[in-house]
Amino acid sequence: MGTILKLIAKRLATGLVVLWLVSLIIFSGLEFLPGDLAQEILGQSATPESLAAFRKELGLDQPMHTRYLKWLGGVFHGDFGKSLSNQRQISELIGVRFANTMFLASLAAIIAVPIALTLGILAALYRNTFFDRLINVLTLSSISFPEFFIAYILIYLFSVKINFFPSLANISPDTPLWDRVYICLLPAMTLTLVVVAHMMRLTRASIINLLASPYIEMAKLKGLKKARIILYHALPNALAPIINVVVLNLAYLIVGVVIVEVVFVYPGLGQLIVDSVQKRDMPVVQACSLIFAATYVLLNLTADILSIITNPRMLYPK
Amino acid sequence: MTQPIKTMGESTDAVPPPIRETSRFKNALQELKKAPLTAKFGLLVISAYIFVALFAPLIAPYGESQIVGPEYEPWGHFVLGTDNLGRDMLTRLIYGARNTVGIAFVTTLFAFFIGGSAGIFAAILGGWVDSVFSRIVDILMAIPQLIFALLLLTIFGTSIPVLIGIIAVLDSTRVFRLARAVSQNVVVMDYVEVARLRGERIGWITLREVLPNITAPLVAEFGMRFCFVFLLIAGLSFLGLGLQPPTADWGSMVRDNATLISYGDITPLLPAAAIALLTVGTNFVVDWFLHKTSGLKS
Repeated sequence: MGTILKLIAKRLATGLVVLWLVSLIIFSGLEFLPGDLAQEILGQSATPESLAAFRKELGLDQPMHTRYLKWLGGVFHGDFGKSLSNQRQISELIGVRFANTMFLASLAAIIAVPIALTLGILAALYRNTFFDRLINVLTLSSISFPEFFIAYILIYLFSVKINFFPSLANISPDTPLWDRVYICLLPAMTLTLVVVAHMMRLTRASIINLLASPYIEMAKLKGLKKARIILYHALPNALAPIINVVVLNLAYLIVGVVIVEVVFVYPGLGQLIVDSVQKRDMPVVQACSLIFAATYVLLNLTADILSIITNPRMLYPK
Repeated sequence: MTQPIKTMGESTDAVPPPIRETSRFKNALQELKKAPLTAKFGLLVISAYIFVALFAPLIAPYGESQIVGPEYEPWGHFVLGTDNLGRDMLTRLIYGARNTVGIAFVTTLFAFFIGGSAGIFAAILGGWVDSVFSRIVDILMAIPQLIFALLLLTIFGTSIPVLIGIIAVLDSTRVFRLARAVSQNVVVMDYVEVARLRGERIGWITLREVLPNITAPLVAEFGMRFCFVFLLIAGLSFLGLGLQPPTADWGSMVRDNATLISYGDITPLLPAAAIALLTVGTNFVVDWFLHKTSGLKS
């Protein structure tokens, strides 16, 4: 048990270092902006005096490392500074949108994970049959489709042709839960189609890998049923790689959400970052990137730690 | 045409065939005949796209950003109608093949040049060079690609050279990992050791000893990376942050004409379908190629 804790502690430590470096990269982005923040806000016509005063107010006259520490300190308190375009507190802009994005991503995950696992197991079970090949071609295609293509096809089919779902996912904080689910179903389905293929292929691969091992052959020779072999003999050992795949795809979901949110005009973080990039509103882009990157890093870290924990061999070191 | 002499001679196996290129070409043709349907389909799609991209000005009925009629004209007089500014849809689609695919291709080439050479160097040199490169790549890969691209585009603004540069650097991290991993298997071989003892320079070892032995996985990776880069650029263009107007580009064409979909018109889906078709085709070919090369090795 000691080694496993040590391994996890080590992974956690590297994860924190990575997070810190990521924050450093994102912060230093501001340093490379042509001109500086004060010039950017006040415009070309500002007098040198007002520029200097404004720089002082923003703290731009201080050296970079002091500003970095200040920024980082603010981030820990949920204070990301002010938006350049409308002078609002960024934390205000982000709060609700982050919750919305998380809601959409989790809805997609709830739909996608069971489908992917079932399809993956079935494809492994009926390997090299017509069913398996069909799934292979279908998933290979869906990996190759751009997200917005899938999104618009779904809009065309389900909201234009049969008028079943709304084509715009417009929700507000006081939308009741069921309405939310209904409104978000189309974007969630898009995300599902994007991630299912990858998850399913890896599930299939890891199960097929296991089916080649001697103890599975033994189970077969004992005359056990196929379903029993897969569910009781193969699956527990395939758990580690499968959990890994699932969490990695959740990390992918968090990013894939950007384009889908724009298509459905969904009020989430992805929409915000795209708008801010267009306006070149650097502080908002920084805040959003930091949140996206941190979520991504933390999910990857979780995947690593889970795969350490679920690997039974780690519990009994030689 | 020295064919008759070669086929008439009884013991050709003692002497290697004089024209190696033709036999290689013949082999390739034979392999192609045996290829699965999906791979043939993929190759057909890829060649069609290359053809359209090369001869775009000859095929297209109008100029790239020429306004030819009223906005949102339905299919008919203009084969696929007109777009939101009254430009011919078919023409824009044809030019899009040149712009979108061309830029994705150039970007992938750069990514391979950067990532591939860094990866092979890291494998050959080992030691601190290897660890420094690997750590940098680890950090760059910790930030999701799309988000990183968005951040960098905010800093440097959106123009084609910036777009190519940013995505090439970001994508080279993936190439680096693969190139390093496969070269590491080659670097430990005796013949590389011999080349080193002979005092060959790193350029020679890279180009003459390592590179020829890792081409198969790199070529397959090139196909896959191309798909990723292509989708990423299309995605950025769709968000309005990739290729800028008036350049015809599939991603922004979808965005500009998306309103038509709510009226039941599928025209805006065509550029998206064009993107999807090429990536599907490339993926099919890569799949076959991977199968082929892994089969030949074992």
